[in-house]
Amino acid sequence: MLADLSPLLSATDLAPLAIPTEPFPNGISRYAIGGLFVGLGAVLIYLGTGIIAGASTFLESTLSYVSDQSRFAKYRYDRDWRVVFTVGIVLGAAVYAVLWQGGAWMTDVQPWRLLLGGVLVGIGTRIGKGCTSGHGVCGVGSASKTSIVGVITFLAVAIVTAQVVAALGVSP
Amino acid sequence: MSSPDRTEHPLFAPLVLVGGLIFGFGLAYSQMARPEVVLDFLQFEDFGLVFVMFGAAIVTGIAFFLVPRIRDRAPMTGDAYERRLKSFDRNVLIGGSIFGVGWGLSGICPGAAYASLGIGNVTILWALVGMFAGAYLQGVWRSRSQDTDATAASAD
Repeated sequence: MLADLSPLLSATDLAPLAIPTEPFPNGISRYAIGGLFVGLGAVLIYLGTGIIAGASTFLESTLSYVSDQSRFAKYRYDRDWRVVFTVGIVLGAAVYAVLWQGGAWMTDVQPWRLLLGGVLVGIGTRIGKGCTSGHGVCGVGSASKTSIVGVITFLAVAIVTAQVVAALGVSP
Repeated sequence: MSSPDRTEHPLFAPLVLVGGLIFGFGLAYSQMARPEVVLDFLQFEDFGLVFVMFGAAIVTGIAFFLVPRIRDRAPMTGDAYERRLKSFDRNVLIGGSIFGVGWGLSGICPGAAYASLGIGNVTILWALVGMFAGAYLQGVWRSRSQDTDATAASAD
């Protein structure tokens, strides 16, 4: 299951917006099966509790432990179980790492991209009312027009951003 | 907003933990915990991400459609089964655009970042620190504008 990352090394040679000869160089099964598990995890919590869990509210609900800002205080009653949900996500990924990946994997994406991108993700997801799991999975699954517009917006902007960053020669 | 005693069912926390486990396993199995794979999608080199997002959305879509027709309320909380419907305003476009720049720059989003930590990618702590900082910044800014703004009509 270890992804072959060597194509990344030649990624900068490709012209931006080039249509790949092979749209799924790694097949589709890992993506489709993984996506089914993501959906099943959300559905299990929904069945028992009626809660539609997204991943990004955890950021604000957890900040309510250390900050008295009124924006965070409204998540106080939700903050404990959101920690449990996030611990579950970390552990579930760790199960994959132990059983399929054969140990730890580390990204080569540069820290400044992760840090700056993370700041913008943290701001944007809270202003935009959801992230890839809240809007992308649960909102689209709810056929919510707000979420569909949200997904189209962040997908389009992300594609342009990634293409521009790659065209500027930033890699990885 | 939720009531404080809603989460007191003895099986509430175990269920949320198992749900998170399956959710996180799926994010790792689908390779979304690797920023490189997300960036490959955004650069049109591997379109697999489409199957992750829509595969998951189809599963939740079936549940959100069927479950409310079978039962009214969830057994552990008494919450009504509903869909995830949020009001639309320009914040969806503004926030979505800011999110998009960050996602396109880093290749990581919140759920995938937690999962990335789980696959041993400690470097992702840069992104997690950034996400908390970003969420804090907008929280301070919006708390202030909300407190000074007498109109208590919060959009969300």
